[in-house]
Amino acid sequence: MSGILVLAEQRRGELRPVSLELVAAAQALRRTGEQVAVAVLARDPERFVAPLSVAGVDEILTVKVAASEFDADTFESAVGALIGERNPDVILVAHSVDSFGFAAALAARLGLGFATDVFKVERIADELIATRGGYGQKVSVEVDFPGRRSVLLAIRGNVFKPPEGTASPRVTAFEAPPVASRTSGREFIELSAGDDVDMTAAEFILTIGRGIGEEAKVAQFRELADAIGATLGCSRPIADAGWLPKSRQVGQSGKTASACKLYIAMGVSGAIQHLAGMKHVNTIVAVNSDAEASIFGVAKYGIVGDIFEIAEQLRVLF
Amino acid sequence: MRILVAVKQVAALDEDFEIRGDGRDVEPEFLIRDLNEWDDFSLEEAVKIKEAAAEPVEVVAVSVAAEEADESLRKCLAKGADRAIRVWDAAIEGSDSIAIARVLATVAKREAPQLLFAGVQSSDHSFASTGIATAAFLGWPHAAVVSSLTYAPGAASAVFRRELEGGLLHEVEIQCPAVLTIQLGINTPRYASLRSIKQAAAKPIEVLSLADVGLSAADVGDAGSSSRVRRMYVPDKGRAQLIDGDAAEQAARLADIIREFKGAAS
Repeated sequence: MSGILVLAEQRRGELRPVSLELVAAAQALRRTGEQVAVAVLARDPERFVAPLSVAGVDEILTVKVAASEFDADTFESAVGALIGERNPDVILVAHSVDSFGFAAALAARLGLGFATDVFKVERIADELIATRGGYGQKVSVEVDFPGRRSVLLAIRGNVFKPPEGTASPRVTAFEAPPVASRTSGREFIELSAGDDVDMTAAEFILTIGRGIGEEAKVAQFRELADAIGATLGCSRPIADAGWLPKSRQVGQSGKTASACKLYIAMGVSGAIQHLAGMKHVNTIVAVNSDAEASIFGVAKYGIVGDIFEIAEQLRVLF
Repeated sequence: MRILVAVKQVAALDEDFEIRGDGRDVEPEFLIRDLNEWDDFSLEEAVKIKEAAAEPVEVVAVSVAAEEADESLRKCLAKGADRAIRVWDAAIEGSDSIAIARVLATVAKREAPQLLFAGVQSSDHSFASTGIATAAFLGWPHAAVVSSLTYAPGAASAVFRRELEGGLLHEVEIQCPAVLTIQLGINTPRYASLRSIKQAAAKPIEVLSLADVGLSAADVGDAGSSSRVRRMYVPDKGRAQLIDGDAAEQAARLADIIREFKGAAS
């Protein structure tokens, strides 16, 4: 057997959108006639058959497991068994927190070819090539996998466009081997909002980052945000330092600026995790003293300059 | 009781860098090296456990790297690690995260810690896989993206919260010994005092070869890696339209953009 095995991702009964992006990544790779199977691990995997029946899926593997939520030992064991039975050429998982917890272990144990945070995949003369970022995303790196029969790729989110259209894939139940897991999940905790702001609903956001340098400077930008009518947001270092509540953090582990139309980033370098929460915004203005900052790569407008000076000058205009 | 902390000396690019002649990496003279940001947090977490413990806890920093990483290991020693281990051999050059993990696992076997910490990822190549792959070679339980941890030294298990996407946490109990990858923000890393920096100079950095850890050249480098770099290049990036002028002129243009948005929104 060969083909492409995609591992769908679900959490608390909801299919995570990246699952369908993985199907799209499989399409970018598939050779004529090659089968794409999507596996979903859950206590009740059948409920995900309908949302996974999208164009490009030939088969859905429902894998019933005892753990109700992600569990590393459970996933490693079940996905390992699937790979053993199906012997796929390529296994695609999301570059997500769940995958961080088991994919590398599986690759190490099974001797798979392996690359993470992959944003481009191609096959050139039957050779699989994956592209990822290097040196803080300043360069792109093409990797290949000489001598590896199967390759596991963790695919970056928000890169591949989910397929349009539905399909009627065959559904196969897969018996996962029993596993004595050494971790046990207890509960989910929503990060308590330090205030009642909803970053996902804000249309105009002014975000501050590490560039503000010290906590005492936060007040200046809070006042500026009020004056121009923007919601004040921040990047990770500001929330980690406790200068603004976690509820105002934009990015992968914070909030996505879903409704935002104008996003002004001041002193934000533009780490990939921050970009994940805002790069889709139509009008992004980046203000940074470092002309090489990654944020300028996604911004529509850029101001290379001192953020405090720009903030002061902007303040007097409102 | 011992905690092993795996650290990496990462490389950032100088402003004007050049790709190496073979096209597979950057010329090393353009790399600016420092301790990985995540590792600062995992070291602090280990030192915090040590300081709160009634029984002696030893914190050991380990890195698989050439001699230049001693600078980062000295930093770890200054911030509270008791000793440091560095494994290196010319054959390790070019190893990917899986091959590095294979080496780290041999050190973990020797040191037999109750917990092994690694950063969630490194700021240079962001593999997010070295710690978890190390756990696989050890056969230990493991968890990624730990943003808070409760552990009493010597206890059979630890309780942690892993930080999921979108501001959600998942609380999990794990059996020890275990490998945990530590997220930014789990604590507030300390600064090393001048005194501790001086003291660190006297603490030992043990240097081990591949043979010392029982591995051969086939276990590392290209042969022991699960991927190989074909090509490194500078991508064509979308580039912001720059707003020129002095600060007043730049701010005036920004004010226009804001008013345009407000006009369209109202």
